[in-house]
Amino acid sequence: MKRLTGITRIWRAVILSIIGFYMLLPIVAMADFSTRAGVDGGRTFDSWAAIPSAPGLLESIAVSLQLAFLAVVGILVLLVPTMIWVHLRLPLMRRPLEVLCLLPIAIPAIVIVVGIAPIYRWLSQFFGSSPLSLAFIYTILTFPFAYRAVNTSLRSVDVNTLAEAARTLGASWPRTIAEVIIPNIRNGILGACVISIALVLGEFTISSLLNYETMQVVINLLGKREGQISVAVSLAALIFAFVLLVAIPTSGKKQEVGQGVD
Amino acid sequence: MSTNATSLPAVELKSLRRAFGHVVALNDFSLQIAQGELVALLGPSGCGKTTALRALAGLQDLDSGQIVVEGKDITHMRASKRDMGMVFQSYSLFPHMSAQENVEYGLRLRKESRNKVGRARRAIEMLELVGLDTQAKRFPHQLSGGQQQRVALARALAIAPDVLLLDEPLSALDAKVRSQLRDEIRRIQLELGTTTLFVTHDQEEALGIADRVGVMSAGSLQQIASPAELYERPTSALVAEFVGLTTPLPCDIRDGRAYLLGSSVPVLPGSANNGPALALLRPESIDLVPDPLSDSVVMNVSFLGSVCRVIVQLPDKTLLTVQAASERISDFPPGSRVGFSFHSRPVFAKSIPA
Repeated sequence: MKRLTGITRIWRAVILSIIGFYMLLPIVAMADFSTRAGVDGGRTFDSWAAIPSAPGLLESIAVSLQLAFLAVVGILVLLVPTMIWVHLRLPLMRRPLEVLCLLPIAIPAIVIVVGIAPIYRWLSQFFGSSPLSLAFIYTILTFPFAYRAVNTSLRSVDVNTLAEAARTLGASWPRTIAEVIIPNIRNGILGACVISIALVLGEFTISSLLNYETMQVVINLLGKREGQISVAVSLAALIFAFVLLVAIPTSGKKQEVGQGVD
Repeated sequence: MSTNATSLPAVELKSLRRAFGHVVALNDFSLQIAQGELVALLGPSGCGKTTALRALAGLQDLDSGQIVVEGKDITHMRASKRDMGMVFQSYSLFPHMSAQENVEYGLRLRKESRNKVGRARRAIEMLELVGLDTQAKRFPHQLSGGQQQRVALARALAIAPDVLLLDEPLSALDAKVRSQLRDEIRRIQLELGTTTLFVTHDQEEALGIADRVGVMSAGSLQQIASPAELYERPTSALVAEFVGLTTPLPCDIRDGRAYLLGSSVPVLPGSANNGPALALLRPESIDLVPDPLSDSVVMNVSFLGSVCRVIVQLPDKTLLTVQAASERISDFPPGSRVGFSFHSRPVFAKSIPA
């Protein structure tokens, strides 16, 4: 690796410090606010302890976690196999698929809501008014981010040659994908899942406009009455997503290195 | 050809055709490979040799034609059902599996190899065959390029394939490893008697390893013959020029002989008809003799070990490459004048391009 000169190191440290400060300041402020005991000072965890008893909060957290799970299932069942198939068998479709997957990021949330509201009215005939029906739109909303993560992995490995090697050895297409391709793009798939969970846990606009009570919607309502509790829940959700983002891909890498050394 | 070769062809490719848009990759391509034979397909990039190999592997659809292996028509059979062992140009080991797991993979997919202990034993045997049994637990990223291709060879052979397909497996390796692995492939192929199709653009590789070499151009087989015959008796200018080194020299063809440089040599069948033509001279088909009265001058001498290459400028400024024994290198210093004497071996003469 190229050695860094002294000035470069200093610049790097300065930039990282500024970004770190910018990122950490709101989190520290949230921690400070959610543990503040009145205007006289002192610390209390009352607002954290009150999370389970806040009206509708635990239910909304459960709904958001279920939605995150369903969105991940959608990614794994719909997007990942499609991307692998297009990469291996329909290379001409790569560009159209990319454009299609990136569309949700280019269309404003309000436009999406206006567009899908009639569809949701129709869907409600089959699924009732369950907030879990949001899983359909959330799966689509996660496509741009999940696509990037999986695509990077697919491009970093010569999947075509690996697939051809597996095929000539006698593997069917499903076995080739399950036993050869997926293990080699595992980190990309994990990244896609983590990003999807973080995105679903943080989504507010669509669920609010469609009148579903997800975690962010309830936090918003709670914030109007119980500011400290809503900030405590937000911080907890942020930390949860951060732990997922850092911990899962790192654990995957450690395992790979460990296997290699055996 | 190996001793277990029989008259029944193991592989028959019949009139294969494959076009990609306007580019015809295979044009009425036919080839037969005998049992236990190693055939190399040689040709420049884009000549269709890899397409032919991939068609045999089932990785390339055909527009028309028929593929028969061991008497069975497999033209429309899926790649996974064909029993072909293939080694690719790029490293194709599964990165998440150890060398042994890679070799075991094909066995795992076969019903008769369900026994785990038997599979492991077979994998170690195969790794032993390529000299890597001590590296069985290593992962691909812990192996060198040459080792990876050896494991890929072991993996391809472990399933006892009907045909072994080698798609330029040595091209990513450095010269020394390439030469070692080439000899090893030949040793193992002869030991196991596996029918093999080897695709390469490197003529030294093809001539050094194969029972027969097929030279391809524009999707068709130009000539297929033993390496010696291909070199000594090319049937077309394309083959003569592609295999080995030649210098085209103007000559006059009369009654099956080419007259040039004050001498004459027999011409090969398929050469140009009577009249002016270009004789394609091999460096070793001419002997040099010091001749102070000659108009031909030595321009450069390259020492190549047992032989040396002498570049001679003829009176018409044409540069002629001649091979001589290294011990004679001092007879032809640059600037010296030389004459020629021809061996009796026939040369190929091509028509002068219009």
